[in-house]
Amino acid sequence: MSSTASTTEDEPATRAVVRRPRALRALWLLVLLSVVIGLSWASVAIGTRGVSWSDITAALGGATETWQQAAVATRIPRTFLALLVGAALAVAGAALQGVTRNPLADPGILGINSGASLAVVVGIAWFGLTSPTGYAWVAMGGAAVTAVAVYVIGSLGSGGPTPLKLALAGAATMAALTSLISAVVLPRNDIADAARSWEIGGVGGATFERTAQVLPFFVLGFLICLFSARGLNLLALGDEVAAGLGERVAIARAIPALGAVVLCGSATALAGPITFVGLVVPHLCRLLVGPDHRWLLPFSALTGAGLVTAADVLGRVVARPDQIDVGIVTALVGAPFFIAIVRRQKVKEL
Amino acid sequence: MTALVSTSGSASTRDIVAGDRGRRAFRRRVALAILVGAAVVLAALSLMVGRTFYPPGEILRVVLGEEVPGASFTVGRLRLPRTALAVVAGFSFGLAGVTFQTMLRNPLASPDIIGISSGASAAATFAIVMLSLDGAGVSVFAVVSGLVVALLVYLLSYRGGVAGTRLILVGIGLAAMFKSATSYFLSRASEWDHQEAMRWLTGSLNGATWSGTVPVAVALVVLVPLLLGQSRNLNQLALGDDTASALGVRVERTRLITIVAAVVLIAFATAAAGPVAFVAFLSGPIAARVVGPTGSLLLPAAFVGVVLVLVADLVGQYATGTRYPVGVVTGVLGAPYLIYLIISTNRARGAL
Repeated sequence: MSSTASTTEDEPATRAVVRRPRALRALWLLVLLSVVIGLSWASVAIGTRGVSWSDITAALGGATETWQQAAVATRIPRTFLALLVGAALAVAGAALQGVTRNPLADPGILGINSGASLAVVVGIAWFGLTSPTGYAWVAMGGAAVTAVAVYVIGSLGSGGPTPLKLALAGAATMAALTSLISAVVLPRNDIADAARSWEIGGVGGATFERTAQVLPFFVLGFLICLFSARGLNLLALGDEVAAGLGERVAIARAIPALGAVVLCGSATALAGPITFVGLVVPHLCRLLVGPDHRWLLPFSALTGAGLVTAADVLGRVVARPDQIDVGIVTALVGAPFFIAIVRRQKVKEL
Repeated sequence: MTALVSTSGSASTRDIVAGDRGRRAFRRRVALAILVGAAVVLAALSLMVGRTFYPPGEILRVVLGEEVPGASFTVGRLRLPRTALAVVAGFSFGLAGVTFQTMLRNPLASPDIIGISSGASAAATFAIVMLSLDGAGVSVFAVVSGLVVALLVYLLSYRGGVAGTRLILVGIGLAAMFKSATSYFLSRASEWDHQEAMRWLTGSLNGATWSGTVPVAVALVVLVPLLLGQSRNLNQLALGDDTASALGVRVERTRLITIVAAVVLIAFATAAAGPVAFVAFLSGPIAARVVGPTGSLLLPAAFVGVVLVLVADLVGQYATGTRYPVGVVTGVLGAPYLIYLIISTNRARGAL
């Protein structure tokens, strides 16, 4: 896999678009990094209550003497979780869009996050599941089953998995899964509060301890997706061309899909179902760095982390003294974006 | 059919066609009669069963306005509004759903998929939680919002003409947005319990009152004749806009009347019972399979809607130890049928 070989393989994919010079991409990367750091700072500093600078710096140093410092201390793991979940969902979305060659693919819209949610709810209600590691395992199982089911349903019939058929299969599956989640939760008043967080995604109440238990899954998912970037680039050329260039198409699809499922499952296990992050972020990043997945995936990770953190801060600021869950904010912001993408496509491509 | 042709070779094509058409019309009448009968039986059943069982005679006396000790309160005040709401809401959902599906020539383009039900539901929760409206106020708010949402879906999917695929996708996006808006409004109303919130997320008949049911019934009385009057035009519209206008249908006028009528029906029903999952979506395809390929699907689908809501409510209330809201039952029971439907329509590439 020498560098010359990979450039020739990439050429047909990028010929139509202007090649971005490496320096420009690196510059964007720096800009994004600083934005994400700024947002993280904002997420720690801004909450439903105002906190002074000295308290923030004291809390960052580990002090929790006053209530202000304690409040800031709870925001640190929350910010970390928001960054992690955002990055995971965005990378999963980028991978899914590559795998399905479908601009509307998103772990939320395809119902994958709902599938993970249902699995967790069933685990809590019927099997007494309590540990985040357990959540992550069942969530990944649920995500995998739903992903395969939606893809199969959406790709039956002529034309294969068109954006319309996939989105419809996803919407229908999601509606059914939502009903099933309610059916499992309703008779159980004892878990109703806990289960609410599995109906709407949010990062409130995060702790480092719980996040750390799922962290290995996140790392695994990121690695799988990042290492399949080259395969995704080949898939973008079409199955025939990819096969002609010596890629085993089925495997090139299965590996990033697996990575996406691991990421969706882990993210949902900690934060519940969050939609539209995986849809919006890859599209934005493609504007910045073009369609090369080796750049697109890391950029998506950064942008996704920034987006979810920003959505969390926004949810805390807008509805003071209440909070709006991240899942609600991302849906309200993401849906218009989804519609814009739909409008841009030619009817034939839908 | 083939046996008939082979034994009497003299049977003309005209006779065969006429016989075939007669058989199909007969099948349609029988199927429709069975649907109406099933709806009536189920409605009666939902009035009779409960913690105390009342025989049909007593039910009839209560419905006719007599004072029956015990039954007058239980049946007249508790069960009758619930059953009435189930009937009118089911009828509205079924009728409006099949109207959309026929007009947009896509079985998946029902108001609950393309965001109109969720828009009306979000509006109703907004009206209740933020504006503290009730009864008719909520209905009016939901109707206006439903129309606005329908217009929004139409405008957003307009780009040198409206393509069905684009319209459905835009609707899916808007539906996701409205659902999260509903969740947000519900989260602001902290004193509500989960059961009550379910009404606005998946639909429920719990706490049905006459003040919620009567507006739906009035809307039905006004709009059903209007929609049925358009059923012939609607069927020709299903052949394609050009064919329909060649057949003498005023396409834009028909489309406007039917969309407004269907949206108003959906919005009234949603304001009273919430967006009962999948009923609008499933009624049309089920009706098409029951009555066969003849004539308008409007009435059959409406009665399928009634049957679906009544059955789901009976199942939800009495099948298990927990009382599930009707929307959860239709959502769960509807899912397998829905997936079958997506698969089979994808295969056939066809209509309902």
